[in-house]
Amino acid sequence: MEVPILKQGLYLIASIQAALSDVDLVHLRDALAEKVGKFRARGVIVDVTVLDVMDSFASRTLRDLAHMTRLRGAETVIVGIQPEVAFAMVQLGLTLEGVDTALDLEEGLAFLDKKTKRHTSRG
Amino acid sequence: MGDQKVKRSEDKGKGVSPVREMPPPDDESTVSLLRELVNHLRKNRTQLREEWARRITAAKLLGAMSSEEMFAEATSVYDNYVEVLETGAVEALQAYARDLSERIIPRGVETDEVVGIVLLLRDVLARSLFAKYQTDFQLLNRILDAYEPAANRIANTVAVGFVQERERIIRQQQEAIRELSTPVLQVRERLLILPIIGVIDSQRARQLTEQLLRGIRTNRAKVVVIDITGVAAMDATVANHLVQTVEASRLLGATVIVTGLSPEIAQTLVTIGVDLGKMNTVGDLQGGIEEAERLLGYKVTPFSEVSQQPI
Amino acid sequence: MASEAVIPINSDIDVVAARQKGRELATELGFVSTDSTLLATAISELARNIIRYAKYGEILIVSVQSGDRVGITVVARDKGPGITNISLAMQDGFSTSGGLGLGLPGVKRMMDEFHLVSDANNGTKVTIKKWKR
Repeated sequence: MEVPILKQGLYLIASIQAALSDVDLVHLRDALAEKVGKFRARGVIVDVTVLDVMDSFASRTLRDLAHMTRLRGAETVIVGIQPEVAFAMVQLGLTLEGVDTALDLEEGLAFLDKKTKRHTSRG
Repeated sequence: MGDQKVKRSEDKGKGVSPVREMPPPDDESTVSLLRELVNHLRKNRTQLREEWARRITAAKLLGAMSSEEMFAEATSVYDNYVEVLETGAVEALQAYARDLSERIIPRGVETDEVVGIVLLLRDVLARSLFAKYQTDFQLLNRILDAYEPAANRIANTVAVGFVQERERIIRQQQEAIRELSTPVLQVRERLLILPIIGVIDSQRARQLTEQLLRGIRTNRAKVVVIDITGVAAMDATVANHLVQTVEASRLLGATVIVTGLSPEIAQTLVTIGVDLGKMNTVGDLQGGIEEAERLLGYKVTPFSEVSQQPI
Repeated sequence: MASEAVIPINSDIDVVAARQKGRELATELGFVSTDSTLLATAISELARNIIRYAKYGEILIVSVQSGDRVGITVVARDKGPGITNISLAMQDGFSTSGGLGLGLPGVKRMMDEFHLVSDANNGTKVTIKKWKR
């Protein structure tokens, strides 16, 4: 299942709609890394609200995604991790270190606004 | 070498034979004796049950029940008792014991009362067996051989069932107390405080984390202050739980500030090598709240300074 | 009334199927949602290990009862090369952080019971159990 990627201003928003297989996740990672360059995006939001499990593979792929987009000039924020999912992740030792997180889409947008403003300071 | 081989096979034969000679546990005579017993108990049901109820009252057991309730329970226990003697199916009695416990525990019936009434029933029935078979001592002995183990098993089942049910209720209450003892408080928009008081074990630490994570989501919190001033000691397991709580909160987009670490706990954390870089700590709760407000973009100014400023 | 499901694990899509089945059963038995998630996550890791190290295998999910407790047992087994150094595999930080797979210490942390048998001839069998609270 393909994850739709929307362009909104300087940001790309990927809202995961259903449980994803490994292949789907890798597609998403590669698609975002490519589109960041194509649309000259400054920020990426990946909304994982619907994911009811985040295992080592998903976690690592999201981390790679964040690092890849950063290398291509865009900050990534993962939004919508559910409380139970977060609880299971830390027990498994998956803490998404070095990756920014926010409560939901709204918070993610606010986070990116703040973060990208620093780089584009109107001075 | 040949000798040894023969000897070994002999040993083997010896080892097996006693097992073969063991009588099956439920031999026919025991079964037929139990059947006779059950018939006797059924025939004299009314009289024995009344005798039992009288003994219960005399022993001042089940005082929390009215005499009608007590008699109804006694009837039902009696019939189950006889049924278990007959079928040997302890499951029915187990289920009954649980059901009975569920009904009478909330009314303050104690373990000794439950064990007491079952033992009384055992005695009442044993006496009636004595009375019936006293002329034939041999038969009486055999009847008692069949009756006693069965009766003891029943007493055991009821007692264990009762204690288990009590333990279940205690566990439930502990759970409820735990929930009450870790309130997640919203002090202002987007700021939660979690004051922890008392002993934290693994289970409580886990529950606390779950509650906090749910709280972060429902209150849309951005900053959480966990105050552990009221926690006297912390072992490595609990310390790791605390670190996990901090990490899980971050995954939801919230920053955690830990306040009130005692010197002892600070030492524990250092000794076990907890990654303090991940933990944002501030000396006391007040300092923690100030730091939280700073993170949230509030500026706290003393009132006196405000009034001094030109308007 | 015992519920039982066997899910063959041959590709990454089966990983999703296996963990969904686990969550389904947990929900059916009345597990709290945190515990359903822990179970589903553990199953996901075990299924993933099968694919990564043995290519295929199966996952058995079954409801269990002991006294008045209800729980779920999951058995993940494969005929793969086996784990040569079990104590190393059970060491925290050996696997998940480097992204090499396994993640067994984490799975153990999430469960109430954990049992691992593995050798080069018979492959690997991981048995985990989670009780309803």
